[in-house]
Order: sequence, then C-alpha cells, then structure tokens
Amino acid sequence: MPERETMTDRLQPPAGDSPIDPPRVGGETLHERRADGPLVHGDSGQDIVEPGAPIDPQVRPVIGSAQALAIDLSETPPISGAGPATSSGTGRVRIGDRVFGLMTSGASLFVILVVLLVGVFLVVKSVPSIADDKLNFLTATEFDPGNLRFGIAALLWVTVVISIIAMIVAVPIAIGIALFITQYAPKRLARPVAYVVDLLAAIPSIIYGIWGYTELAPKLEPVQRLLSHLPGPLFALKFPTGTIFDGALVLAVMVLPIVTAISRDVFERTPRANIEAALALGATRWEMIRMAVLPYGRAGVVSGAMLGLGRALGETIAVYFVLSTVGGFDTSIFRGGSTFASAIALGSAEFNNPKATGAYIAAGLVLFLLTFVVNAAARAVVNRRKDFV
Amino acid sequence: MNVKLNRVGIAAGVLLTVTALAACSSSGSKKDNAGGSGSGDITCSSGNLKAEGSTAQANAMTAWINAYEKKCSGAKINYNPTGSGAGVSQFNANQVDFAGSDSALDPTKGEVAAAQKRCGSTPLDLPMVVGPIALGYKLSGVDKLVLTPELVTKIFTGKITKWDDPAIAAVNSGAKLPSSAINVIYRSDASGTTANFEKFLAANDPTDFTAQPAKDNANQVFKGQGKAGSQGVASAISSTDGSIGYVEYSFAVNGSLSTVSVDSGSGPVDVSKDSASAAVADAQVTGTGDDLTLKINYATKAKGAYPIVLVTYEVACTKYSNAATGKFVKNFLDYTVNGGQSLLAGLGYAPLPSALQTKVKASVGKIS
Repeated sequence: MPERETMTDRLQPPAGDSPIDPPRVGGETLHERRADGPLVHGDSGQDIVEPGAPIDPQVRPVIGSAQALAIDLSETPPISGAGPATSSGTGRVRIGDRVFGLMTSGASLFVILVVLLVGVFLVVKSVPSIADDKLNFLTATEFDPGNLRFGIAALLWVTVVISIIAMIVAVPIAIGIALFITQYAPKRLARPVAYVVDLLAAIPSIIYGIWGYTELAPKLEPVQRLLSHLPGPLFALKFPTGTIFDGALVLAVMVLPIVTAISRDVFERTPRANIEAALALGATRWEMIRMAVLPYGRAGVVSGAMLGLGRALGETIAVYFVLSTVGGFDTSIFRGGSTFASAIALGSAEFNNPKATGAYIAAGLVLFLLTFVVNAAARAVVNRRKDFV
Repeated sequence: MNVKLNRVGIAAGVLLTVTALAACSSSGSKKDNAGGSGSGDITCSSGNLKAEGSTAQANAMTAWINAYEKKCSGAKINYNPTGSGAGVSQFNANQVDFAGSDSALDPTKGEVAAAQKRCGSTPLDLPMVVGPIALGYKLSGVDKLVLTPELVTKIFTGKITKWDDPAIAAVNSGAKLPSSAINVIYRSDASGTTANFEKFLAANDPTDFTAQPAKDNANQVFKGQGKAGSQGVASAISSTDGSIGYVEYSFAVNGSLSTVSVDSGSGPVDVSKDSASAAVADAQVTGTGDDLTLKINYATKAKGAYPIVLVTYEVACTKYSNAATGKFVKNFLDYTVNGGQSLLAGLGYAPLPSALQTKVKASVGKIS
C-alpha cells in the first residue's frame, strides 16, 4: 500500500503541473475537477468510463466559449435599447467582433495564399527547365543542371533513405526520453532533462553540420566498418566518412527534440484515471505504460514523428556540410550523395543561368510535394487513430 | 512545453541576430589589420561605393577596402561577395558601381551588351587578383610529389586509382609511393575554382577530360568525393591519408597541406605567388581597346610558371553617368592595381605580373 501511494504521488505532478493546457484540456480539467473528490478514494470504475465519453458532447460548449460570448452580446441590446435601435446599437458592438473575425480569417487565408503562391512559383520557374531536360526528369540519376542533364531519382533516394534512418534512430530514443520525463523521473530531474532536450532544438543547424563533419563522422568510421559486414547492397562500404549514415545520425540528433517534445506532451496528458485504473488492477509500471500511456499517446507520437520527418527531409545546411557528394548512383548507405535541399544549396552560389536555376527549383518542387505527402499521411494517421483514443 | 521550446528558440534567434549584427559592424570598422603597406599612393574620394561579386577575391577586397577607408575617412566602400554571376547581373541592373567576377563579361550571354547599355559607355574587364589553385595531398612518407597535367587529369577522372601506378612512379623517381588507393576530393558546391581547374585539365588533356568546364559539374566529371567549400576540401584532404584535391592556395597554406609540383614540360614548378604570376604573364590579352580580358594559357611551357591559376576581374564602366562615382571607382581601382597589389601575397593571392599591371593602370586611368 505505501508503495502504491508514492507512485501516485510521483505521477501527480506531471498531470496537474502541465503549464500549457491543450485545447482539449477544457474537457479534461472539467472532468478532473469533478473527479477530484471521488478519485482520491479510487472510484476507478467510474473514472475509466469518463475520459473518453464526456469530451465530445458535453464539453464542446465550454471550449466554444467565444461563441457563447458572441451569442450573449447579440442578445443583450434588445434589453438595453428599443426594437428599432437594434441595428445601430448592435452595430457598434459587432464591428469589433466582425473585424476580429475578418482578421482571423484573413490570417488563415494569407497562409493558404502564401503556400499556393510558393507552389505556383515553383511550377512556373521549373516547367521550362523540365521541358528542356535532356534526361528523364523522374528516373534519371544524374544531376547536372548546367548542361540541362538532370533527374531526381538519386536525390529522392538519398533524401528518403537519410530521413528514414534518422527516424529509425531518433523515434525510439525520443519515446524513451518522453516516458522517462513523464513517468519515471522524479520531478526535480524531469524538468532539467526536458530543458536540455529542448535546448537541442535551439542549436543552429550549421553547428550540427560542422560538428558532424569534424567530430562525429570520423568517430563513426569504425561503426560503419562493423555494420558493413551485414549482407545486402545497402551496407556496402564505399566511403570512410561523409556518408548517408553519418548524415542520418546528425539528423537524428536534430529531430530528437521535436519528437520528444510532442511525445512528452501527449504522454503527460494521459488521463490520470487510466493510469490509476491500470495500477489498481495490479499492473507494474511498465505494464501501466504499455496499457494506458502508449495507446493513449500513439497518435501524438506518430504526428511528432511525422513532424520530425518533415524537418529531416528539408534539412539543408547540416546535410550540406556532413554529406560528401558523389557522381553516379548506388544503393549503399555508406556512400555520399546529395539530398534535394543540399543539392540546391550546393548550386546556389551560381544561380545566374535561368534554365539551370530552374532545374534546382524543379528539385525544390519535388521536395515540396514530398513534404506535402508526408504531412498528409501524418494527418491521415492521426485522424484515423483519434477514434481509438 | 511547446511554449518553452518556442521561448528558447526565440532567445536563440535574438542572440544570433545580435551576434550577426555585431559581426557586421565589426567587420565594417576593422581597419587596422591590413596595415599601412602600400597605402601611400591612395587618392581619396568620399561618399559611398557599392560593389558585388566573386567570392574568390573577397579577402583581397576586404583588405583593400580596409586600407582605403583607413586612409580616407569620408569613404565608404561595400563589397558584397555573393558570387560572380550575381555580381555581374547586379552591375548590369545598375545596382552596384562595379562588379568582381572570375570570368570576363561574356558576349554570347549578352552580358557585354547589357553592360554597355547600363554604362552608356564601353564596359571594362580589368584583371586585378591572381589566385593560384594548389593541388594539396596527404601521403605519408612522400614529402615531394611531382605530377604532369596528364597525370592530374587521369587521377581526377579515375583512370589512375593507385598511388604506386607506374606512370606516377616514372616522374617521381626515388619517392616511396604506397600501393594505397587515391582518394580524390573535389569541391561539391558551385565554384569558379572548379571551373578553372577543369579548364586546366581540358587544355592539357582533352582526351581524358572531355566535359565542358563548368562551375557545378564536379560530381559528374570527377571520380571521388565532393566536399562543400574550400575549408571542407582542405580538411578532408588533411584527415585521410592517400587524399588529393584542389583548393585555393591560401587554404593549402593555412591547412599546412603538402602541395603537388606540376611539370608541364619545363621541369616541376611549385605553387607560389611568383610562379602563378609567371603563368599569368604568359596569358594573352584578348580584350580590345582598354578592355583587358585574358586568355590564360593553361598549357604554358614558360619556365617557372605554375599553370593552375584563377584570375578575377573588376568589371567597371569607362564613363559613369555620375562623375563623382566615376572618380571614386577610378581612385579606388587605381589603389588596388598599384599599392594594393603588395597586400595580395600575404593573403594567399599573387600580384599581377608587371607588364599586365602597367596595362591595367592605363585602363583604370581612362575611367571617369
């Protein structure tokens, strides 16, 4: 019994302490406030039902408090003024409301417009170059914009492979850190650890690049040599340093804070009731995490991983420094190459020939579409998972 | 938690901006490192001068501008090293007063016509900075390495892959060449250094080097690995035994790299400011009138000439619509071609050979 009490004591801070309330939290705080009394005595049966159920129908009006306010305002004038005066009376109040509404919709329209215009820019600038391409734009592995001989196959391969390796390395570590911070660490340790992880995000990517090629890559050489004993064309050792593998590990460190921060946020929000229920049923800490925390946070972890993937796909300057370039095409991950972003950066010093520049912009267009697809996939996954939460 | 993340990000952003601003202001006001050498013949102008272009001559420009501004308190010159192509297009768009470029205005691209229109007078290509390109290598036990232009071509195009190749041994009698593979390092980012090195290869060994020299095709024409920036190439060479790569002379000196002596037929020549100047002296002036466009003889057999060089030009108008600007450009370029040349050797460049220097002086004198 005493052991169980200390556990819940430790669990309490993250749940109650979370400084930012997510939009959904309106419902949860409501639920917790209501649950506060009975929960202490462990009325777990009731609690397990609650977290899923009340969120939808009852809570919405609370979240939409702005709407309620608007309705209130529109209904007050008739009380203070006479019937015919309503239009002028309400007009004064409504102007601010309408202006604010217009401003918010303007802001979102602006963003949509910017994305559309960037897309239009990419298409308009790249189409003439693609039309003059002497190779097949989609399947050729050569990338020589100066002579209008360019294809994106090799760039696409390197971009995708380097990002996937980065995610394979980063996501398990990020989940581990997030679980440690939210479930295992004592409060005085959790905060500093979280802070340090956040700090990783503040290091400029050029620093990662310089660190990657001067410090990390030489130290990874023996690791690469070891891994190259694995069978398959993926693991053929071609370069000592500056390989896709080196770049992927640097990217993994770079995406770590993003995936960690989001995983931590969702794990923190695991309903206390679920956790307590699992523990009450005699689950160990690990079983509780597996039954209560991980299923609840899955959608969040997936979206965090996708955000990280987006970052990895588009990362430029770190890859520019770490990755050696090489001609031709090979599937090995122990070889150099260029990603879309690094290829554009490498060519950017001499953007003076519009046709050649168009070739780089065409590579940018493909990256744009790729990130778009990744984000859409992430959204689809998250939406589908929502039903299970 | 997201808020904390953002706060850290903003703090870092603010910090970076402040640092960047500080860096800008300090580089603008740092005038003392160029020293007084050669500043006695400066004719002062005051006002603002804007220039843009080649990164290859950026260090020379910085030193010259510092020396000029130190002497002339009312003068403010701003050189923006954004690349030769950008410099020329900014010049032709009348955004800057002169441009720095690693190639002369190209009539086939319409650059000469555009410059003529912008100036309302004849545009000038004035050779100003000679940049030797060194072949740096790292090979334990080999202190002196001699290569012919053909061997250099074969190594960079992957036709010779071992250090103990008989062809290399033939020109290095007595050297203990290891049997290890040659690790070729080249520039991965678009660069005039790559273009000039390729021109050298194409001029000497057109059978092995068949591509059209360009700034950004190194991945296609060389067999090896590309590294970003001169610093990236230099550090890649020094970190792996058996490496060879081309890099600006100053980076080879600063990185303490061993450099290859090139034997074009009249004996091996080490890279140095004098041997590079000697190669430029062998160049032919193809520009007409006061324009001094050069055709460098990369296959030069002149005694003591090191043939892998890069020359940057200042692109200016003969007559500026604003007389004060014209006078300022003339005064500044007059300094760079006279006293300014003595600063170059300390920066890893080479001075203009004296015959060419005289011609450039004469052309600068016509600017108004």
